[in-house]
Amino acid sequence: MTQAQGAVLVDKASSGPGGQWFLAVAAVLFTIGMVGLLLRRNVIVMFMCVELMLNAVNLTFVTFARMLNDIGGQVVVFFIMVVAAAEVVVGLGIIVSIFRGRKIGTTADNAVLLKG
Amino acid sequence: MVDWIVFLAGTLIALSGAIGVVTLPNPVHAALSLVLTLFGVAVLFVAQAAHFLAVVQVIVYAGAVVVLFLFVIMLLGVDRDEANIGAESLRAQKPAAAVIGVASIGLLVALSQVNFTTGAPSTAGAADGPGTNVEKIADSVFTRYVYAFEITSVLLVIAVVGAVLLARKPKPLTDEMTA
Repeated sequence: MTQAQGAVLVDKASSGPGGQWFLAVAAVLFTIGMVGLLLRRNVIVMFMCVELMLNAVNLTFVTFARMLNDIGGQVVVFFIMVVAAAEVVVGLGIIVSIFRGRKIGTTADNAVLLKG
Repeated sequence: MVDWIVFLAGTLIALSGAIGVVTLPNPVHAALSLVLTLFGVAVLFVAQAAHFLAVVQVIVYAGAVVVLFLFVIMLLGVDRDEANIGAESLRAQKPAAAVIGVASIGLLVALSQVNFTTGAPSTAGAADGPGTNVEKIADSVFTRYVYAFEITSVLLVIAVVGAVLLARKPKPLTDEMTA
């Protein structure tokens, strides 16, 4: 893209790594989380992989906050953390009710037993 | 130079922890690897002058969320390897994950290297300049985003009530109740 739209990607710390490096790390982190979500069968570990993906997105927000020199990106990450905490509480509650009474061999497939 | 060292250290910590979460068979080890990743991301936050978020990351994520994970793991007694509980992979699960992973990493890394950002910078306030990082975030949260901030309190109450409802044992009918 050209910079004619008024979006100048200012890189303050010109001596350090640029924003693209952080974005690449975030992309790798997100992919690892996604592959883990697809590979693992344990519900709790799948949930941890969701947390990995959330953290990758947070890193992207912070990187863009620096690149665009806008504090709004960091405020959004603050709200994401609040929502993620709420999500963990509810998600672990659901996991506890999936596991209740059937400890051995419980996978995400057992979530269907919650019906009704 | 020192910026690069910090960046590489944070990246190494975060990515090795992430790989640990995905590969370690024991859920307790995966949770401890998750702590490593969260610390690494906090280091990357500090490297980008997001000091408040780095502190919140360590306190809320590494401190509270992972401890909650460990509590649930130990409470349910699922601290065993996946192979030992008879949870083998589904057919075609691993190839599908590999294909999607390679496609996703290629796409995301390529996208992140394109200079695609649009719009006017500094609509919510500048991230640099005088004042500390905490002051700037507080200015933004309590003025521009104050309604969103208040609504998060409602969200947290709903989450707590929901968790209690979900995790509560269904009350068994005792003899005294039926009699």
